[in-house]
Amino acid sequence: MLRTVISRALPRLSRPAACHFSAAAIPEPNTQPEVHYNKLFINNQWHDATSGKSFPTINPATGEVICQVAEADAADVDKAVKAARNAFKLGSPWRRMDASHRGLLLHRLADAIERDAAYLAELETIDNGKPYAVSYTVDLPNVVKCFRYYAGWADKWEGKTIPIDGDYFCYTRHEPIGVCGQIIPWNFPLLMQAWKLGPALATGNTVVMKVAEQTPLTALYVASLIKEVGFPDGVVNILPGMGPSAGAAIARHMDVDKVAFTGSTEVGHLIQQASGGSNLKKVTLELGGKSPNIILSDANMEDAVEQAHFALFFNQGQCCCAGSRTYVQADIYDEFVERSVERAKRRVVGNPFNLKTEQGPQVDQEQFNKILGYISTGKREGAKLMCGGGVAADRGYYIQPTVFGDVQDNMTIAREEIFGPVMQILKFKTLEEAVERANDSKYGLAAAVFTKDIDKANYVSNSLRAGTVWINCYDVFGAQAPFGGYKASGTGRELGEYGLQNYTEIKTVTMKVPQKNS
Amino acid sequence: MPVSGVQETEGTTPASPTEGKDANMTDNGHHQQSDYGCNRQSPNQNHKPQNGDGPATQNLPMPVPDPPIQYTKLFINNEWHESCSRRKIPVYNPATGALLCEVEEADTEDVDEAVRSARAAFQMGSPWRSMDASDRGQLLNRLADLVERDRLLLATLEALDSGKVFLMAYFVDLMATIKTLRYYGGWADKIHGKTIPVDGEYFTYTRHEPIGVCGQIIPWNFPVMMFAWKIAPALCCGNTVVIKPAEQTPLSALHMAALIKEAGFPPGVVNVVPGYGPKAGCAISHHMDIDKVAFTGSTAVGKLIQRAAGDSNLKRVTLELGGKNPIIVFSDCDLEHAVEHAHSGLFFNQGQCCLAGSRVFVEEPIYEEFVHRSVEKARGKVLGNPLLPGVDHGPQIDQKQFDKIMELIESGKREGATLECGGSACGQQGLFIQPTVFSNVTDDMRIAKEEIFGPVQLIMCFRTTREVIQRANATQYGLAAGVFTNDIDKALTVTSALQAGMVWVNCYNAMSVQCPFGGFKMSGNGRELGESALQEYTEVKAVTIKISQKNS
Repeated sequence: MLRTVISRALPRLSRPAACHFSAAAIPEPNTQPEVHYNKLFINNQWHDATSGKSFPTINPATGEVICQVAEADAADVDKAVKAARNAFKLGSPWRRMDASHRGLLLHRLADAIERDAAYLAELETIDNGKPYAVSYTVDLPNVVKCFRYYAGWADKWEGKTIPIDGDYFCYTRHEPIGVCGQIIPWNFPLLMQAWKLGPALATGNTVVMKVAEQTPLTALYVASLIKEVGFPDGVVNILPGMGPSAGAAIARHMDVDKVAFTGSTEVGHLIQQASGGSNLKKVTLELGGKSPNIILSDANMEDAVEQAHFALFFNQGQCCCAGSRTYVQADIYDEFVERSVERAKRRVVGNPFNLKTEQGPQVDQEQFNKILGYISTGKREGAKLMCGGGVAADRGYYIQPTVFGDVQDNMTIAREEIFGPVMQILKFKTLEEAVERANDSKYGLAAAVFTKDIDKANYVSNSLRAGTVWINCYDVFGAQAPFGGYKASGTGRELGEYGLQNYTEIKTVTMKVPQKNS
Repeated sequence: MPVSGVQETEGTTPASPTEGKDANMTDNGHHQQSDYGCNRQSPNQNHKPQNGDGPATQNLPMPVPDPPIQYTKLFINNEWHESCSRRKIPVYNPATGALLCEVEEADTEDVDEAVRSARAAFQMGSPWRSMDASDRGQLLNRLADLVERDRLLLATLEALDSGKVFLMAYFVDLMATIKTLRYYGGWADKIHGKTIPVDGEYFTYTRHEPIGVCGQIIPWNFPVMMFAWKIAPALCCGNTVVIKPAEQTPLSALHMAALIKEAGFPPGVVNVVPGYGPKAGCAISHHMDIDKVAFTGSTAVGKLIQRAAGDSNLKRVTLELGGKNPIIVFSDCDLEHAVEHAHSGLFFNQGQCCLAGSRVFVEEPIYEEFVHRSVEKARGKVLGNPLLPGVDHGPQIDQKQFDKIMELIESGKREGATLECGGSACGQQGLFIQPTVFSNVTDDMRIAKEEIFGPVQLIMCFRTTREVIQRANATQYGLAAGVFTNDIDKALTVTSALQAGMVWVNCYNAMSVQCPFGGFKMSGNGRELGESALQEYTEVKAVTIKISQKNS
């Protein structure tokens, strides 16, 4: 997903590197990182679940249990919301804190994460299955950068004074919304946590976060760092738990002011419904995608093949913005498919702790089965299986890098989100046709176009119905640039200055004055 | 002068910045009162502050004893250079008159060399130009960390070199320096251009690009803080800098130069050239290859800078100049609070602030009481060695300033103002002036019109709101103003009527890095601090691309 660091690591060596990751070699990982925290984090303390229940978290590379983790449900959510509400009371340390000091706390959190980056990357890899080389060089640096970015915003999110008509003085205050429920997925556990916490805390909210049951470990370790750097009690509460119990309790809670969810479109519907069914809490959603990647015949072929490969296969294909419909112009179609297959065959699948590994296991049995199901549907519906298509190891949830050619728009694999290492390559003739077909989806998260022609680049990027459009690149993220979806891919934007709006209530204050002057 | 965050950032219990300021800025040892109205501590007296409201005595930071002065040369291209002329500037401790060290004196040739280095660092493709904005921010954050590490040493150097009270240097100047660097560290990757819906088949966007080589000339009253105010926004926007610290106070700037190198800024991005205004300063403002000049100092010199820009390459000019700032005290206010703030608003930093509240207009019914209490406060100040705890008033910066202040005090007496206390030098040696209060001052007196830049408070009487607004605005200056009242209508009327860049209501000197700072009229041009400062260090480029078909 976040390729900036990978692609820029080399040129940066010659530059003054302010981020030490970019210049540092990847340290040899400890493949058995110790787990320090497996309970619920409420009010800066560790709690067992009220029910006493726990669930196993699994290493997807082996299918073995790493440890048991306390399982939050509605009762624990209530407890966490009370702590968050209490921390948000007028006059509380958190509410009275200088905005710049909130920023300083976020800076210190970034420093602590940077200090423990190697350990966190190990933990992320064992819990999620993503290659360690990626956890360490992509996920962790971007987590640190995201916290630093929002640290800077804390005292720069300015209201306005407004020249309204009449003898009045009018200004706006940007106030925090209150208690924010945040529900995050398993594909980028640490990074999604940073995307959610950064803007919420910079703007002064308090948080009850539910982390995915597949990948709770790194979030809980970060909870310990949140306490270490000095966030007041109750500002951040972190609950591992299941969607239908803990997640649902957050979404319909009468004392949660806002809910932010990243995950499937299917669950996004439930979240929005729960808000309507309860207290009309504000909702932001970052959901699924079926993102088109349009390759025009004048593109640099080698670069386009590599980028399209990366766009789909990065993170085992488990990206909401995966370039999962590769539209290739007819005159270069055959060569593009051939080269893409060759590239997919070269993809190194294996032990995620091996530094040469490009692709680890899928996150769990359920995803594994679902992806294999899509592959058989693809074959049945007549797409041409060019490579892969099967299981890649005898234990763990490994799937071969898979490429389908001759894919038609009406096939299931061209319409539904697979969330796995399965690439669909489609053929098109004209620009107008490509745009129309690319937009013919309920999703609108991301898109890309590869061309050297400035007019075509402008035309396509302008015409695509997607929250993010990349030109001659893919998965280029920065904390500075907003990210989110058109249509059923979501509501609202994360990252950038725009991310702050989703965590702010605007208060207009109007004061009578004796006489107005410009 | 700056008040934000006088309290330590350690811990999570936030206090309002002003509370911290009051504890630190004004009250130390004010119980010490002598019959002379001139409390003087012997330099060797081991004195402890008696103010229970201040920071706990045992936790007070202590100056570094006999601090090493490591850096005395010109800092160009991340290296230390002797000056071309081999001339040196003697640097004195104004509290004792003792020579601290000699510093290389930059002249025109050295400025040329510094500009060449800054220009090279600004070339397209250079490490600085091709650096990610977030990395520029991270460098500023790292510099803040280093200043935090060396905070005691920098505060000690600052107190030795400028005569300011060590605890003020530590709690006010250094804290503001650190916060300024961090604040602009955060802006670096948030300076957004826009995409703009122009008419026609075009796509238009703006880029906010750095201006280029910036000359910066800073004064001696807040040496390290002014250094941070100038370099932080310039660097966050991606400019390169040639900065001239004042000849009286070059030491903290040179230490900062060493930290800039240690933090990892590429060579040539910041160049520090101590020197005199008529030589190095003049060379900067006349330079044909400097794209922008920023100056903080007197209005008289501000005019020269503006003229030099006009005579040379029309470089952009921002100026932060003098003030004769009114504080308006209505009879309905909290009197003790107003007296306290008017007192610190004038006497802070020995009166050497462009922001000094040097015209206090008090409403008639409370005039006498206000004068009485203000005199008491002024008499309570403890003069002495600024390194000692308990001292809250140091020497003036140099003989020239001392003489100018004494001359203005004499003119006040001569023109008929009532000298309530002070009015003369304190002690046989050094540059100490007694905290001085004049009452019955009228608007036409020199002391009511000219910037004194010393510990001389002038208290005038007014009757109506309309009258006081008119009198407060009747000056060439327009930097800051204060108003004390509990009446919301009076507060809103006066704040909107005053011609000043900052207006404080029921507070004074309540500055913070987030808030823009600068002057109306002849108090300056442009704004420092806050988001506003970014405009002063960027050029906006509008890029328009022809497209085949526009859609909303």
